[in-house]
Amino acid sequence: MNFTNFGRYLLLLKAVFRRPEKFKIYLQAIFKQMDFIGVGSLGLIAIISTFIGAVMTLQIAFQLVSDFIPKTIIGSVNRDSTILELSPTISAIVLAGKIGSAISSEIGTMRVSEQIDALEIMGINSPGYLILPKIIAGITMVPLLVIVSMFLSITGGYLGGTLSGAVTPADYMQGITTDFNPYTITVSLVKAFVFGFIITSVPAYEGFYVKGGALEVAQASTRAVVVSCISILACDYIVTQLLL
Amino acid sequence: MIEIKDIYKSFGDNEVLKGISGKFEAGVTNLIIGGSGSGKTTLLKCMIGLHQPEKGTVEYDDREFTTMNFEERIQIRKEIGMLFQGSALFDSMTVEENIMFPLNMFTEQSRKEKLERVNFCLERVNLEGKNKLFPAELSGGMKKRVGIARAIAMNPKYLFVDEPNSGLDPKTSIVIDELIKELTEEYNTTTIVVTHDMNSVMGIGDYIIFLHDGKKFWEGSNKEIAHTDVQELNDFVFASRFMKAAKGKF
Repeated sequence: MNFTNFGRYLLLLKAVFRRPEKFKIYLQAIFKQMDFIGVGSLGLIAIISTFIGAVMTLQIAFQLVSDFIPKTIIGSVNRDSTILELSPTISAIVLAGKIGSAISSEIGTMRVSEQIDALEIMGINSPGYLILPKIIAGITMVPLLVIVSMFLSITGGYLGGTLSGAVTPADYMQGITTDFNPYTITVSLVKAFVFGFIITSVPAYEGFYVKGGALEVAQASTRAVVVSCISILACDYIVTQLLL
Repeated sequence: MIEIKDIYKSFGDNEVLKGISGKFEAGVTNLIIGGSGSGKTTLLKCMIGLHQPEKGTVEYDDREFTTMNFEERIQIRKEIGMLFQGSALFDSMTVEENIMFPLNMFTEQSRKEKLERVNFCLERVNLEGKNKLFPAELSGGMKKRVGIARAIAMNPKYLFVDEPNSGLDPKTSIVIDELIKELTEEYNTTTIVVTHDMNSVMGIGDYIIFLHDGKKFWEGSNKEIAHTDVQELNDFVFASRFMKAAKGKF
C-alpha cells in the first residue's frame, strides 16, 4: 500500500514538472504562494524561535554545573544546536502543521468540488498549475524562514540567558563567536530546502487524490501533516548522515 | 459532431458501461438520460477523458480522442466547454476572474479585450455587473449561469453539461435549459447534456439516448419519448406523479 502511494506520489511529481502553459500566470501564483508561506508564517516562526532559543540557554546553563566548564560553552552549544537541528527541524514541523494542512485542504476541496476536473477540461495541467507554485515557494521561502529562525533563536538565547542571569552577555557573545564552522549553515539550508519540498509536495499529494467529501478532506489534511512530519524527521536523519 | 462507439467502462468488478454507441450532432441539444447509477456521468467522463474507457472510441469530428496523448488531448480540450453539476467555480476568484481564467491561460488578448469578452459572456447569461462577486456570494442558479459563461468564454465547439438543474427551482431550471438551447443553436456547438430531469427532456431534448444498467435502451427525440414500448424507459419517464397525470396528453 505504501509503495503504491509512493509510486503515485512520484507520478504526480512527474506531472507537476511538465512545461507550464503560461509562465506569467505561474509566476503570479508563485509570488502569491511565497507571500502565504513566507510572509504568512514569519510571525509564528519568530515567536517559536525566540522562545526555543531562550529555553535552550536556560536548560544548557542548568545542566552545566561543573566549575571546570566555561560559561561560554552555553552560547556555543546553543548556536550549534539551533543552526544544525532546532531551527530547520522545529520550523519545518511547525510549518507542516500550518502550511501542510492548508495546502491539503485547499487542493482536497478543489478535488471534491470538481474544480480540478474543471481545470483538466480546460486543457490545463492541473498538478502543474496547483502544485508547482507551492513547491517553488516552499523550497525558496522555508530556507529564508530558517535563516530568520536561526537569528531569532540565538537572539532569544541571549535575552533569556542574560535576563535570568544564567550567563553574562560577554560569555554568551564569546560563546556564539568561538569556533564557528560556517559549514553548519550549509547543512541547515540543505535541510530547509528538503523540508520545504516535503512540506508542500506531500500535502499536495494527499489533497490531490482525495475521494469523497468534507470528512475525507479533513482526514487527508490530518494524514498530510502526519506523513509530512515523519518524512521530515526521516530526511533529517538522512541529510545529517550524508553531510556531517 | 461527436461519435462514441462501443464504450465499455468498469470500476473493479462493477461494469458500469456496457457497449454504448451514439452520434451527437452539432447545433442540436443532445441529452443523455437515465436513473441514478445508470452510467450517464461515467459516460460523460469517458467522453471528455476524465475516465479512460476499457474499450471503444470517442471521436470529435473524426478525431479519435481515446488514443490521443496528453498534448493532443489538450488541443481538443481547448475546444471544450463544460458546466459541472456543482458549477465548479474557483472559490478564490471573482466571477470576472473565473470567466477570464481560460482566456488568460490560452490567449494573448489584451486585458481590455478579455474584459470585453467577460462582459459579453455575462450579458449572455443575464448577469451583467456581477463581475466582482465571489462564488460564495451567488445563488445556485447564478453559479450555474457563471459556469455557463465560463464554459462559453473560449467559443467552444463542444459543450458538455452535467445535471444542469440539480438543486434549482423549476423556474430557474427552465431559464438554464433555454440558455443552453439558445447557445447551442446560436454558436452551432455540439452540446451534450446529462440529466434525469424530465422538464429538461421535454423542453430541450432534440436527440436523447436513454441509459439503463449501463446499456443504451433507447434513442430518439422528446417528441417520441412518451410513445415508446420500452418498459424501462416508460418506468423512468412516467415515474413522477406529474408525468403520470399528464401521460395521455403527450
